[in-house]
Amino acid sequence: MADDKTEKVLTRIWLEEPEPDNAFATRAAYCHGFDVYGEMLGRASWSDMLYLLFLGETPSRQQATLLNALAVALANAGPRDPAVHAAMCAGVGGSTAAASLMAALAVGAGQHTGAREVLLSMQLWTECGVDLTAWRRRLSEPRSDVAGIWPEAAHLPGFDPHAQRVSVPVRQALSCLASFGVGGCLSWLEAHRPSLEAVAGKPLSMVGVAAAGFIDLGLTPEQGEMLYLLLRLPGAAVHALEQRQVGHRNFPFFALELENDPLKEAA
Amino acid sequence: MKGPQSLLDHADRMKTRMGQAFVGQRAVFRGHDLHAELRHMDWVELFVFGITGRRFGAAPLRLLHAMWVYTSYPDARLWNNRVAALAGSTRSTPALGLSAAMGMSEAVVYGGHPCVRAIDFLLQAQRQLRQGRSIEEIVAQELGQRRIFGYGRPIHAVDERLPWLLDLARELGLDQGEHLRLAHDVERVLVARDPRLKMNYAALTAALAADIGLSISEFHHFQVPMLLAGMTPCFIEASERPPGTVFPLSCRHVAYEGRAKRRWPGPAQQNDSSNS
Repeated sequence: MADDKTEKVLTRIWLEEPEPDNAFATRAAYCHGFDVYGEMLGRASWSDMLYLLFLGETPSRQQATLLNALAVALANAGPRDPAVHAAMCAGVGGSTAAASLMAALAVGAGQHTGAREVLLSMQLWTECGVDLTAWRRRLSEPRSDVAGIWPEAAHLPGFDPHAQRVSVPVRQALSCLASFGVGGCLSWLEAHRPSLEAVAGKPLSMVGVAAAGFIDLGLTPEQGEMLYLLLRLPGAAVHALEQRQVGHRNFPFFALELENDPLKEAA
Repeated sequence: MKGPQSLLDHADRMKTRMGQAFVGQRAVFRGHDLHAELRHMDWVELFVFGITGRRFGAAPLRLLHAMWVYTSYPDARLWNNRVAALAGSTRSTPALGLSAAMGMSEAVVYGGHPCVRAIDFLLQAQRQLRQGRSIEEIVAQELGQRRIFGYGRPIHAVDERLPWLLDLARELGLDQGEHLRLAHDVERVLVARDPRLKMNYAALTAALAADIGLSISEFHHFQVPMLLAGMTPCFIEASERPPGTVFPLSCRHVAYEGRAKRRWPGPAQQNDSSNS
């Protein structure tokens, strides 16, 4: 049994009180001081709980509404999205449920449409805020020449390198989220989107909207990266399950053009 | 705004020089018939060929093998191994436990990040040396900008793996490379500043890999499964114990330092107040 020399996990998030006769059994659990099963359950929404977990406080009605709407906007990027595509690849082959979500997390973690792009975009918001001149200055700065596990970002985070103009869902999401009046980034982004897109040379993406929303909620870039990964999992899950039912004979396999086939080169 | 042309160009088909499975007939691996031409390769040799597209001699391949073997520690306390063990303990699957443990090994404190930073620093420093700068100048400039990875170790300053890998490098005649010499010189400069900053496995493997001719990206890929062989034993032993008994945490193992208990606000309170 644990004594004074017990190594401990330090946490500011979660308190569990044990049953008197079993330290491994929980009698009550508190999240940032609130009794989770005794008081929150049945009263707190999913977005209340997420906000409390990440930020340590209860959200205002507007903050909870914004987070709830963001969660809906991000819940399913659809089967064309690379992360959902990855989950479907797992589902169609009968991989485990966790492998399906791990596939979506891995592919959805990157600097193109993924959580790393959210982090980088939030870092830009933290540096530049609602100052178009600061955005211009930041974009003209030379890139880092230091290698890391992440590749060099190929485009300005938060903008779509393959689009000609901002998509309707991105505009609709921005308009809806900005209307809740939480923070100043979303409303500034809605007002100055064309100017910012001109600076970026690319239209705004859903990643950019999510990043601005997370900043308005008070999240750090690291928290935004995590929450983005989490909020996109529902779509990955259901598309993986669906493709398992649809079957591999109905799932695209695509074509390869092998440029160095030894059989052809020998001929 | 360029638009979707590059997406259109790549839809439905992929041009590749990496390979193709002609199911029922043959498989091509980087321009070679896998079975007819490459079947005698051992796995690390094939892995390195897959990464680089280049063939390596017997000595470099032995050294690359050893880099993996000498750091395969089946110690379930290590964070990545512990995840493999916890997966075994909770009766998850080997692939899930190992892929999670391997994925998290691309960490800042150990594994992927130090390896990439170390080889990047050594390659850049070597270029600066050739331009006539001194080791002292190069180290001072780097330290002025960022930490130098590959030196110092959190638990113990001595890295027990180094003499074994250096011995093998010597035996194979691969201990005379310029990056290894540079790595030792950097250690000398750093240790003069702080005796704890001895070379660790990341700098040594990075230096040897650079001398073998691996690029930053190639070494990054090569080191991904470096810790894998130590993980499986941790999973297996945990899966043979009663479920849930790998380092179980009681309530007394958790030290709470957060807010005092408080009441969940009613709907009216929550509407009016936030961040109470």
